[in-house]
Amino acid sequence: MAQQKHVSLFRQAANHAASFGAAASAFLVLAPLMAIFGYLVFKGIGSINLAFLTHTPKPVGEVGGGMANAIVGSMFILFIASFIGVPLGIGAGIYLSEYGKSRYSTLVRFTADVLNGVPSIVIGIAAYALVVLKQGHFSAMAGGVALGIMMIPTIARTTEEMLLMVPYAVREAALGLGIPQWRSTLSIALRTARSGVITGVMLAFARVAGETAPLIFTAFGNQFWNLNPNQPTAALPLQLYVYAISPFDEWHRQAWAGALILIVLIVVAVSVVRLATRRGSFAGSH
Amino acid sequence: MTTVGGSGANVAPIELPKRVQRIALKTSFMARMTDTGFRYAMLACSFSVMVIVGLLLFELTSRSRLSIAQFGFRFFTGSQWDPVAGEFGALPFIYGTLVSALVALVIAVPLAIGVAVYVTEMCPRSIRGIISFLTELLAAIPSVVYGLWAVFVLAPILRDYIEPFLERTLGWTGLFTGPKLGLGMLAAGIILAIMIVPIISSITREVLVAVPQHQREATLALGATRWEMIRMGVLRNARAGILGAVILGLGRAIGETMAVTMVIGNRPEIAKSLFAPGYTMASVIANEFSEATDDLYLSALVEIGLALLIVTLIVNTAARLLVWSITRGTPQRANG
Repeated sequence: MAQQKHVSLFRQAANHAASFGAAASAFLVLAPLMAIFGYLVFKGIGSINLAFLTHTPKPVGEVGGGMANAIVGSMFILFIASFIGVPLGIGAGIYLSEYGKSRYSTLVRFTADVLNGVPSIVIGIAAYALVVLKQGHFSAMAGGVALGIMMIPTIARTTEEMLLMVPYAVREAALGLGIPQWRSTLSIALRTARSGVITGVMLAFARVAGETAPLIFTAFGNQFWNLNPNQPTAALPLQLYVYAISPFDEWHRQAWAGALILIVLIVVAVSVVRLATRRGSFAGSH
Repeated sequence: MTTVGGSGANVAPIELPKRVQRIALKTSFMARMTDTGFRYAMLACSFSVMVIVGLLLFELTSRSRLSIAQFGFRFFTGSQWDPVAGEFGALPFIYGTLVSALVALVIAVPLAIGVAVYVTEMCPRSIRGIISFLTELLAAIPSVVYGLWAVFVLAPILRDYIEPFLERTLGWTGLFTGPKLGLGMLAAGIILAIMIVPIISSITREVLVAVPQHQREATLALGATRWEMIRMGVLRNARAGILGAVILGLGRAIGETMAVTMVIGNRPEIAKSLFAPGYTMASVIANEFSEATDDLYLSALVEIGLALLIVTLIVNTAARLLVWSITRGTPQRANG
């Protein structure tokens, strides 16, 4: 370049200011993340012990006790939720990618995106009206229904996206071999897109695993063990909330421990599945 | 149905020889039935999404009928919330929801757009992935954990350092006066801002990436600096989508429950100062729903939920339309 670029001082300054501003905002956004994680680990690690992981809560004023029933309760509710949300979500995703050219499919896509933005507490009210009022009492089932509903839109949209990434030639090859379309969809297309679909499921799972608002008046919470879907059940985020707003130091300590466990469970679940699917240990034969 | 659906739109149908057609038509009845059955099963799954939204609207409307009949529109203008006297007006909650969401947007929007611009246009390729991953991680933290952190870390910092500073410098506006508790509208707004930055920035990023590369090249060719290229070539073309991202963030802020409930102070009052405690629509449901004893009380709470649902449906519809106008709603199909 022989010609020298002439850029006025003001424009240069504006350029540098903008670059600095953007980099600074990146830092400002990540600072709270560091602060939250750092504080969580710092406060939580000291409070986690064997009793915390194996005992049920002690009455107010007594030291000790744990959240074992809440951890198991959370998993139980999430199991019910996945039972509802995963098949419906994947099915909807299959429909959108394999048959989804109509105006109806656009409407479904749109509704799914909108449903994704509905506040979780509103879905909790609906689950209360649909399950709790019909049963006459709070239950793990109601909590599972609320969380299951919340999983559907995320799973449907990622499944669609992942299936569309499978080249159509793969399906045509299957159909050319005389394989019926449903088999080609399930055993060829879905199987090829599997790792992406699983990631989508895990993202939905991680999102609802920490949900508290819809559980307050569905699963309700419980001081004891429960694995009956028709009974109120403790859940980790719920227990955490109750402990956090309580005035007792011992409960605050346990709330930090619970929060750390919750975060670790979520992060571990997501990264394990990501790693496993990336390395292809699920791939290959049955 | 002997033709193959899907991407076949641009492929001309092939006329098969008679002999092959006869073989093709021999597909057994059972095979055709399972294919049709599978298709309808998947259709049913996709229809469940519509059913859910319908059910939400129906259940919430029918369960709030009592309160709608009793108060009518007065419900949204009255500021008296007295379960004992059976008097319910939701104005303080609406005010709290709007103000806390507004504070959150004022803080979050510039930051989120800044991050998105930094990641897509400026930062070295090597740290691009790390920053997006960390921002996404911010979205994976449960609301209740944000709340816990806000109660024990953010609120004391606000009370001891930030609120006194704001009162000294901006106290004359009337927005930053009164007793400094840490907990209150300002704390709620800040924690909401932290929570909605990921969604705004990730969708803004999606929109910025969708802006054609020619736009950037063209502005640079005209002699623009990098910032001018971003301002004229990128941001201006993406503004509808960015607006959509901001509105989506607003929707999240309006519906966010737990973290806000833990820090906003939960008092149904309308105060000008941001230091004062407030109450939001979502928090009042979270706090009082399982204790609501009589039917009118419960019905009033469900009506707040219904209002929340309708507002978020409208907000999200508008936002999605804006974002779709830039990125297209349908994901791209792979070629091959």
